[in-house]
Amino acid sequence: MKIVVCVKQVPATNDAKIDPETKRIVREGMQAILNPFDTYAVEEAVQLRDKFGGEVIALSMGPEKAALVLREAISVGADRGLLLSDRAFGGSDTWATSYVLSKAIEKIGGVDLVICGKQAIDGDTAQVGPGIAAHLDWMQAACVMEVCDADKDTITVKRMHEDGYDICEMSLPAVVTVVKDINTPRVPTLKGRLASDKSEIPIWKPEDIGAQSSKIGLDGSPTRVVKTAPPPIRNSVTKKITGTSAECVKELIAELRLRSIL
Amino acid sequence: MRLKNDSDKLKYSNVWVVAEVLSGKIQPVTHELLGAARSLADAKKSKVWAVLLGHNVKEQAQLLIPYGADKVLVVDDSRLSGFSDELEARILVRLIKKYKPEILICGATTRGRALIPRVAVVSECGLTADCTELSIDPVSGDFLQTRPAFGGNIMATIRCPFHRPQMATVRPRVMKAPDADFSRNGEIIFEEVTESDASKIKRILEVFHSDDVAVNLADAQIIISGGRAMKGPEGFKMLGRLAARVGGAVGASRAAVDAGWIPYAHQIGQTGQTVQTKVYISCGISGQIQHLVGMQSCNLIIAIDKDPSTPMMQMADIAVVGDLFEIVPGLTEEIVKL
Ligand SMILES: Cc1cc2nc3c(=O)[nH]c(=O)nc-3n(C[C@H](O)[C@H](O)[C@H](O)COP(=O)(O)OP(=O)(O)OC[C@H]3O[C@@H](n4cnc5c(N)ncnc54)[C@H](O)[C@@H]3O)c2cc1C
Ligand SMILES: Nc1ncnc2c1ncn2[C@@H]1O[C@H](COP(=O)(O)O)[C@@H](O)[C@H]1O
Repeated sequence: MKIVVCVKQVPATNDAKIDPETKRIVREGMQAILNPFDTYAVEEAVQLRDKFGGEVIALSMGPEKAALVLREAISVGADRGLLLSDRAFGGSDTWATSYVLSKAIEKIGGVDLVICGKQAIDGDTAQVGPGIAAHLDWMQAACVMEVCDADKDTITVKRMHEDGYDICEMSLPAVVTVVKDINTPRVPTLKGRLASDKSEIPIWKPEDIGAQSSKIGLDGSPTRVVKTAPPPIRNSVTKKITGTSAECVKELIAELRLRSIL
Repeated sequence: MRLKNDSDKLKYSNVWVVAEVLSGKIQPVTHELLGAARSLADAKKSKVWAVLLGHNVKEQAQLLIPYGADKVLVVDDSRLSGFSDELEARILVRLIKKYKPEILICGATTRGRALIPRVAVVSECGLTADCTELSIDPVSGDFLQTRPAFGGNIMATIRCPFHRPQMATVRPRVMKAPDADFSRNGEIIFEEVTESDASKIKRILEVFHSDDVAVNLADAQIIISGGRAMKGPEGFKMLGRLAARVGGAVGASRAAVDAGWIPYAHQIGQTGQTVQTKVYISCGISGQIQHLVGMQSCNLIIAIDKDPSTPMMQMADIAVVGDLFEIVPGLTEEIVKL
């Protein structure tokens, strides 16, 4: 099974800064991590390869230092990494990002399965996985909590929904996005770390994947951020309730009534 | 589609709501979206259309009109009984081409968040995820979509000036559902599934719906959430009793989920779900940033903890300092008596 796992480098949440001019994330000087959901995507890819044979290719689009998250994927078992990095990719929204990733997947060739995280913690959109599937016209399953079965032509997965789950069978090639429940990611071994330090990470440009310039970067992105603002300020005064447990219960109930919740 | 020029915009009109039906019932989020669509359509002097895809849903179609749908497009087909992203996306793409809506909104539920990105990519238009505020720009007439990003630390307003339709998924429980008006009139239009829609689609082998309201975090008005302090599954049963009493759902911190005390479906936060309920009652959750990003947009936050200095206790609207093993049962008991 030839598996591509899409991984994204994201700012550690509390570190996010937005450029007031360009409205884009300031990625310079931020503390960057591998998107937490993607650690489960990598682990699932490695487990499937170990079971069915084949190869795991970690793929990312981002600035050159995003190579770090690819090395992280290699240190826990991915066979190789590929980075899509070019100024022209900058400013891509989910439409353009999923286009670029899908072109790279086509270029890699012979891919059976693409695994993404459920969502990235910066954009929080969960749109790139299904977007890749749409560009490729492959089947997709989002919020996968278990891969039940697979062979060379099909994969059967369990999807998590708000009100339960379902199990569905897709023909390959397909795209899945995974939630945390699916596995427990391993920690890198010393050997894994050494392998990841040594591995070459090729950098692909738009021309390497045959991406049309009108479909990438800001030009290829239908959405425009017109404004960013801090969230509405919460009622910043905290009403403190103390006393014996019985007193606390009484006062809390009174508060809830006051706010017409009870 | 990407617009060739400004007058291309005029070819698109009306506000569409993609309805969601689960176990034969229209979901509350659909009513909320019909309310939101009404004000958008009023601002644009256009109409609200609902699109209903499912199996045996003909009766449900009628029920969308009292909430504000002027037209309902219905596709009723046995192949739509399970959730097949590919099939639903192809149908929507086809209907969009045919009727050219100006705006399309759908619930930011697990289904909506999987389906609409596929539709947006194929229809070549932008999509804004998880919106919490929608309006029409009085100057350009464009659809302004505001959403939290970075776990609610930033609000971004987005528009798509050169593409139509303009699409957004909208968080459940954020918009207000209108009161049903059974005197409203509307038209129902039936559409079919074509052979090409139904080619290359997944096979749904098994569907499990839980009747347990305690797990449906997206739909709840109140969430009672527990952390490491619950000490074990028994603690969560105690929270479940309070939740049942107030018709709420049970949430959890990652620490509690990782300890195996409660399933992952309940986890709130960065690697769990993001919720935006009316009331969030945190029981023994310290409030690390990874948890806060999943719940900080809730309207009223109540924290119960014996340590008043935790981040959660500091950010809560009401902070109750005390032992939750006494306060939670006390609350449950007192509410019965009310
Ligand atoms: C990449 C990443 C992703 C993460 N994703 C998530 C996520 O999605 N969701 C999430 O929740 N966390 C997440 N975390 C973990 C998060 O950082 C915290 O570790 C976790 O939320 C802590 O859980 P807790 O508050 O239940 O436990 P603790 O931090 O141990 O807090 C327990 C609290 O209970 C109080 N207490 C104890 N006994 C009593 C009693 N009898 N009565 C009253 N109060 C009592 C204590 O004073 C304390 O405040 C993530 C971490 C990482 C690194
Ligand atoms: N720039 C990127 N490079 C590689 N993978 C990405 C990128 N952006 C998003 N993804 C993948 O898509 C998933 C969902 O991201 P998002 O739609 O941004 O929430 C992530 O968990 C990644 O697997």
